[in-house]
Amino acid sequence: MRNTGILPTEQDAARERHPAAAGQAPEPDSQAQRAALRVENLSAWYGRKLAVADVSLDIAANSVTALIGPSGCGKSTLIRTFNRMHEFAPHARVEGRVLLEGVNVYDPGIDPARVRQRIGMVFQKPNPFPTLSIAENVAAGLRFLGVRSRAEIGDRVETALKLAALWDEVRNDLKKPGIALSGGQQQRLCIARAIAVEPEIILMDEPCSALDPVATLKIEDLMRGLAERYTIVIVTHNMQQAARVSDATAFMLMGEDGAGHLIEYRPTQELFTRPQDRRTEDYITGRFG
Amino acid sequence: MARDLFTREITQLQDEVLALGSMAEKALLDAMESLRAGDVVAARRIVEDDQKINARRFEIEEKCIFVIASQQPMATDLRALVSMLFIVTDLERIADHAEGIARINILMDDEPLPRRLGDIPAMADRAVAMLRDSLQAYIEHDVAAARRICEADDEVDRLQDSVYDEATRAMVADPTTIQRNTYLLWTSHNLERIADRCTNIAERVIYLVSGRMEEINVSKY
Repeated sequence: MRNTGILPTEQDAARERHPAAAGQAPEPDSQAQRAALRVENLSAWYGRKLAVADVSLDIAANSVTALIGPSGCGKSTLIRTFNRMHEFAPHARVEGRVLLEGVNVYDPGIDPARVRQRIGMVFQKPNPFPTLSIAENVAAGLRFLGVRSRAEIGDRVETALKLAALWDEVRNDLKKPGIALSGGQQQRLCIARAIAVEPEIILMDEPCSALDPVATLKIEDLMRGLAERYTIVIVTHNMQQAARVSDATAFMLMGEDGAGHLIEYRPTQELFTRPQDRRTEDYITGRFG
Repeated sequence: MARDLFTREITQLQDEVLALGSMAEKALLDAMESLRAGDVVAARRIVEDDQKINARRFEIEEKCIFVIASQQPMATDLRALVSMLFIVTDLERIADHAEGIARINILMDDEPLPRRLGDIPAMADRAVAMLRDSLQAYIEHDVAAARRICEADDEVDRLQDSVYDEATRAMVADPTTIQRNTYLLWTSHNLERIADRCTNIAERVIYLVSGRMEEINVSKY
């Protein structure tokens, strides 16, 4: 586990719970402490059903932040609000703010497609475009953004595949279909596709749950490396994975209102060795959930 | 979900740690009694029995490691298992110091009885009390009691000073006692180290309960 000194403190947590009383968050005093994403009083609904209730948290730049919690606690819904994918669900809506470099991604006039380019996403099941080759899969986002130069596309595909630790395995097979790769390779291909459009943040929703242990460890190593360039948020059911790869961990739990609440958010090392909330302790020690 | 099996495994391991503590305490009490009585046969038995204590310590360690690997504990459970690994090391070392006292007794075989041990019995009494108190604090997860262990250690250090002063004075006054007094200094050193090991156990109790690692006492020795 890496501790970059950028992680939430109890004071921060108190401020998040009572933002009005605690006043403004302090100005970040260094690059290492910069929040890549600031979530303020965010609630999300599916129709009338409240799925996430009043979550506030800062995601530190160039770090890995893990969201853990039992099934149905709103983890996936929460990260889908970060890049406005939540609104694809029927009757979905959001209240609160998600600030990317100080700008609320829900402000009128903000282009959701542009938000999703800056905040990419990797899903549970590898989902390469089935009819496209490996190279075309990675280039798909670039073409969507209007990049036409074949040389530029070629360079960026190569760079993305290298960053996704896949280049050495596919450099001679770039024209083969993406779906011909193994599950672990397909997931790295999807990571390369997300990287190719040069996002600032990469959201990963249980990215290893369909992979075997070896492929899982490769993706975990990759996440640690990618955190030097990008900010990573991962939803995982695997607590050991959260402990291995993340700098900060947020624990969510469904409340009596049926909605997901943020219970505890602190440096990963602290959360897994001395959690402060009894509910976190019970969950991570397997006493419920 | 209660994780009954896992909870039972931790409880059983804790019982085994306490059993190891009882073995270490018995070794210490027997070593002091053999020293007082000049009982070399008993001293040799203590030396032999130390192998059983060493084996028991490794057995507990192996069980702890397997539980960590198989159950992947977190938070309090993780701290409980890690604390056990450290505490069994301290208990095994306490038994080694008891064995050291027994070996000194064997070396003192030709010294006349009754032996003048000065403050050494008082040191031993306090060391035994510290061992019992540290294990009691461990069972009860009692941080306040764990912190009090360091006060007792200060008293052991004071007695160690007293033994040292008396021994050096006696050696200067009568050089024929140098050998015997040197043995007594070694004995007091073993007792002082035992007391320090008890403060280590107390520190692990604090870690177990709070998750904080702190040194509660810096011995002058």
